[in-house]
Amino acid sequence: MRSLIDILDLSVKEIEELIAVACDIIENPAKYAETCRGKKLATLFFEPSTRTRLSFEAAMYELGGNVIGFSEATSSSAAKGESVADTAKTISCYADIIAMRHPKEGAPLVASQNATIPVINAGDGGHNHPTQTLADLLTIYREKGGFDNLTVGFCGDLKFGRTVHSLISALSRYSNVKFVLISPEELKLPSYIKKDVLKKNGIPYEQTTSLEEAMPKLDILYMTRVQRERFFNEEDYLRLKDSYVLEPNKLKNAKEDLCIMHPLPRVNEISVSIDSDKRACYFKQVLNGKYMRMALILKLLKEAQK
Amino acid sequence: MNIDSITNGFVIDHITSGRGMLLYKMLGLDKIDCSIAIIKNVNSKKMGKKDIIKIDADIDVNLDVIGYVDPDVTVNVIKDGKLIEKKTIDMPLILEDVIKCKNPRCITSTEQEIKHIFKLADRENGIYRCIYCETKAKDKE
Repeated sequence: MRSLIDILDLSVKEIEELIAVACDIIENPAKYAETCRGKKLATLFFEPSTRTRLSFEAAMYELGGNVIGFSEATSSSAAKGESVADTAKTISCYADIIAMRHPKEGAPLVASQNATIPVINAGDGGHNHPTQTLADLLTIYREKGGFDNLTVGFCGDLKFGRTVHSLISALSRYSNVKFVLISPEELKLPSYIKKDVLKKNGIPYEQTTSLEEAMPKLDILYMTRVQRERFFNEEDYLRLKDSYVLEPNKLKNAKEDLCIMHPLPRVNEISVSIDSDKRACYFKQVLNGKYMRMALILKLLKEAQK
Repeated sequence: MNIDSITNGFVIDHITSGRGMLLYKMLGLDKIDCSIAIIKNVNSKKMGKKDIIKIDADIDVNLDVIGYVDPDVTVNVIKDGKLIEKKTIDMPLILEDVIKCKNPRCITSTEQEIKHIFKLADRENGIYRCIYCETKAKDKE
């Protein structure tokens, strides 16, 4: 049974196909309005989420399907001690596809090993979040027309930021991509990603602590939030949380066609006054996320039927 | 120093000096009721010093454990006092329930029935990663 656990489970060609379907959905929504009639998506959210869960649910409704599920672990049998494996086996009897978020890393993989229906990883702790990466990729594609020859800046928490790790892995498969990694010393990109992804693929990158210095080079600026829930130590969080705040004056040396992205939710790392700048793309990312989830649900259900 | 030769069993040879005890424990040999000799710091032309383990019983030896701890060893199979096979060992691609993931955020930390599975991520440096959370296995100790 085909599932999506890690963005690298999808080949470059499959991502291109998903983007093509998502673009077709945007152009011809009526064509897809009944494609999942009679199908059920189970959203198993063992950890709170607004955007991702509602995005999956909206995606399924727009395909004409139905949604069942829960939005926190306390309202599921997990509170009684049920294992992820048993939950997956049980839900396989009720639904056609699962979208799962879980605080423990690897939980969706365990679910996919036990389910008889496709499982989509909707975020497993600080590990993977492949559908966010699909949303990011569609946004870059629609704003820039492709993925080649881009200089992409990642700013903020590059250590714990799962969206950053996944997007770096996904973009590393395209040609002439360059990365600028902007973070405080304590939140630098983990060395194994630099070694296993960047150096292995011969991808040029530079590391800096200065957003201002990096700004003029960038085609994409991917801002991230310093996440309180990833720190064991509150003191470290408080010290680092305001490392980078994007305000209008910091954009004075930026390219006219810069694309500013953020996986959201933001706290204060992007000033609200940036929202009206035509370069702000983070709410477009949210919408693109829904279209890519629609394309993904269609693909996995189609493959499951074979 | 004399160690009796064995009749039916195994001689694990060319163990990197100092890793004999680790291998003994990881193979679970401490739980087996048979004659076992661990010989440490034996002079070796090839290695300078090496460890050797002799097991005088026809048991199942987990070659994956050996490949993980020390892939350069040789396993000599003895039958009726004669050497019948010399096995060379390689790093296994998958390790199943050999080592445990120590990441407190990993699903294996809370769900006891899940097998701890690691895959070989970097052959050159012998690095294994948990298939669930991708955490690197701790150094062999």
